[in-house]
Amino acid sequence: MRDRITAFLVLLPSLVAVGIFVYGFIGQNLWVSFTDWGKNPAQALALRPELRFVGLENYRELFTGFVDVRFRQSVVNLIFFTLFFMGGSLGLGLLLAVALDRGPKGEGFFRTVFLFPMALSFVVTGTIWRWLLQPQGGVNVLPTLFGLPPLGFPWLTTRAQVLVFDWNQLPLYTAFVVGLVLLYLGWQAHRAGEGKRRFWSLLSASVLLLWAFTLGRHVQLLPYPEPHGFSLALVGVILAAVWQMSGYTMALYLAGLRGIPVEVLEAAKVDGASEWQTYRHVIFPLLAPITLSAMIVLGHIALKIFDLIFAMAGLDYAPTDVPAIYMYLLAFRGNQFAKGAAIGILLLLLVAVVVIPYLASQLKKEVQR
Amino acid sequence: MRKWLLAIGVALGLNALAQTGKLEIFSWWAGDEGPALEALIRLYKQKYPGVEVINATVTGGAGVNAKAVLKTRMLGGDPPDTFQVHAGQELIGTWVVADRMEDLTALFKQEGWLQAFPKGLVDLLSYKGGIWSVPVNIHRSNVMWYIPAKLKEWGVTPPKTWAEFLATCQTLKRKGLEAPLALGENWTQQHLWESVALATLGADGWANLWSGKLKFTDPKAVAVWETFGKVLDCANKDAAGLSWQQAVDRVVQGKAAFNIMGDWAAGYMSTTLKLRPGTDFAWAPSPGTSGIFMMLSDSFGLPKGAKNRQNAINWLKLVGSKEGQDTFNPLKGSIAARLDSDPAKYNAYGQSAMKDWKTNRIVGSLVHGAVAPESFMSQFGTVMEIFLQSKNPQAAANAAQAIANQVGLGR
Repeated sequence: MRDRITAFLVLLPSLVAVGIFVYGFIGQNLWVSFTDWGKNPAQALALRPELRFVGLENYRELFTGFVDVRFRQSVVNLIFFTLFFMGGSLGLGLLLAVALDRGPKGEGFFRTVFLFPMALSFVVTGTIWRWLLQPQGGVNVLPTLFGLPPLGFPWLTTRAQVLVFDWNQLPLYTAFVVGLVLLYLGWQAHRAGEGKRRFWSLLSASVLLLWAFTLGRHVQLLPYPEPHGFSLALVGVILAAVWQMSGYTMALYLAGLRGIPVEVLEAAKVDGASEWQTYRHVIFPLLAPITLSAMIVLGHIALKIFDLIFAMAGLDYAPTDVPAIYMYLLAFRGNQFAKGAAIGILLLLLVAVVVIPYLASQLKKEVQR
Repeated sequence: MRKWLLAIGVALGLNALAQTGKLEIFSWWAGDEGPALEALIRLYKQKYPGVEVINATVTGGAGVNAKAVLKTRMLGGDPPDTFQVHAGQELIGTWVVADRMEDLTALFKQEGWLQAFPKGLVDLLSYKGGIWSVPVNIHRSNVMWYIPAKLKEWGVTPPKTWAEFLATCQTLKRKGLEAPLALGENWTQQHLWESVALATLGADGWANLWSGKLKFTDPKAVAVWETFGKVLDCANKDAAGLSWQQAVDRVVQGKAAFNIMGDWAAGYMSTTLKLRPGTDFAWAPSPGTSGIFMMLSDSFGLPKGAKNRQNAINWLKLVGSKEGQDTFNPLKGSIAARLDSDPAKYNAYGQSAMKDWKTNRIVGSLVHGAVAPESFMSQFGTVMEIFLQSKNPQAAANAAQAIANQVGLGR
């Protein structure tokens, strides 16, 4: 009992601090995002600004307002950036780890070289890669070393987009993706033999998909088509980010590979598995938990990305915009504090979508133990 | 010993009689611009040796970082004693409307500044019967830079109108010059836009745009975007990746013929690149704007609740004085806001700008804070992006008008 009281007293200061400085401020930010702070310039920076409650107006404007087209492009950019950044870092990291695991000469040296970029800050990485990606230098003149003509790709300055879609289709796509995830969950429940979970997953998936393909197709967010797509200028940013973080995934995977018991691999060999089959059916499944933790870390880095893009392309260039940058521009340059707060809340929700299921699963595991 | 020091102190600071305490000056003048500010501070210390000056500089061109820091401090109830701000609406639309600044009209009258500064400038500093900041320098925004020797080589002359510019551009393209106009990142594109707009709308039309009398959706204002689009076709495609200095470099290296940039480009070429103004490089008003001086100005204001108010007022007096301006501006590469400053202290470009400053019609710059509040300016970057992405004049005009309505431009 006394131990418990001591423990509680020791924890109390940090509990209070976290309560005020994390949750209290999240609450305040949420409140600000429901007000009109910044709409009226006379109130924006007044000593005691009068804030009026406007409900979800700021959120509505961000997603369907006329002048916030840049926010919508930044959301699209963020989604593509996250996908390619995570895919690139995981893939390259795994490749490097597998290569190093086979024990080449100078393994320690290569390990340091690959892990080194992680020691840099994103600002440094961004500056280096901005130089490398200049239109008339760096990567573009590489082919001339082999007597080939230089590349002409404007890495960070192109305005070209691929995978362009109409913003009005967003509800359709969202419902479609969520429906697919639910279907997958249902399938998993089916395999685990959990009847109740299977029923609910499949029911909500089919309702959602049905809605998506009937009513969802006719939802109009905007009175006009607004094309958004994957900006090719982001390719340069993704390159730099993957360069920086793939060493980290390599280290994780290498630890995982080294942790696989030799007996398991020998058993696979005895069973006559080829090398590829060993990887496919034994090693990769054992690495799955590592992939998940790496995805969580990379995912939240991707969602909060700001400094790398700041250093590589600056704040004002819309093709490489992400919500964090747009939030800075709105709040600290444009004095639109309420709208900035709304973007902050949206980012928090996005990170929560990534992190909470992970935390929940970890918690469940601990309880089971 | 101490008495002796005190005696000297009193002798030196007779006009400062026991002026003590501190003075915190908040600015974004670091790097190339640091020495100019330091010279001004030295002058202040000579006059008021008892005052401890705190130079609170936040680095970052055009105040991009400093403005955010200033906002945090002001909102947190810790204003500096005086701070640098672009004169005009950037100050008025942000801090004056929020009732955070002191009216300086009395100081202007007492120091005779109403006669020392041109009327066009005082108008830009005024709002609701008050005058809100003391301008220390003047930069010109609508200047076209070129290298005379190169133009001779190509056989062209500096164009006088945008129509002429487009013709010259075609001539140069035929001679193999890929991008006759050098352009840089987003804000320099807006900078080009304001020169095109001034030429297309004229000085009155430009003023009406910011007072709300002329709508962005008016056909005349839409025409600005049409011309702007054509001018962009003459510019380099990698603009977004270049700083303004790199854009100037393209002209100096002969990869481009012209660059539209403020007159800090003169400072860059003469001080950093060691070119002689008037011979190695030359300038003209941007096409279609001769006789009009599009200005921007750095100024200092007095926030309400400043801890060392009297010291700050003494600083403002120095900033607005002939001595202060002639100390600061030759080092900064700008000209004095006062009409009576000494031309002998400035180089060939400065002298030509001073002549225009006295005779030309004065209008304010958009990009550099004179005519529109921050809430508009920061979103004008988005308008520019809409145009560059869609190349649609009407869409850009609609977006600009929507933002103007939202922030209550001209009200």
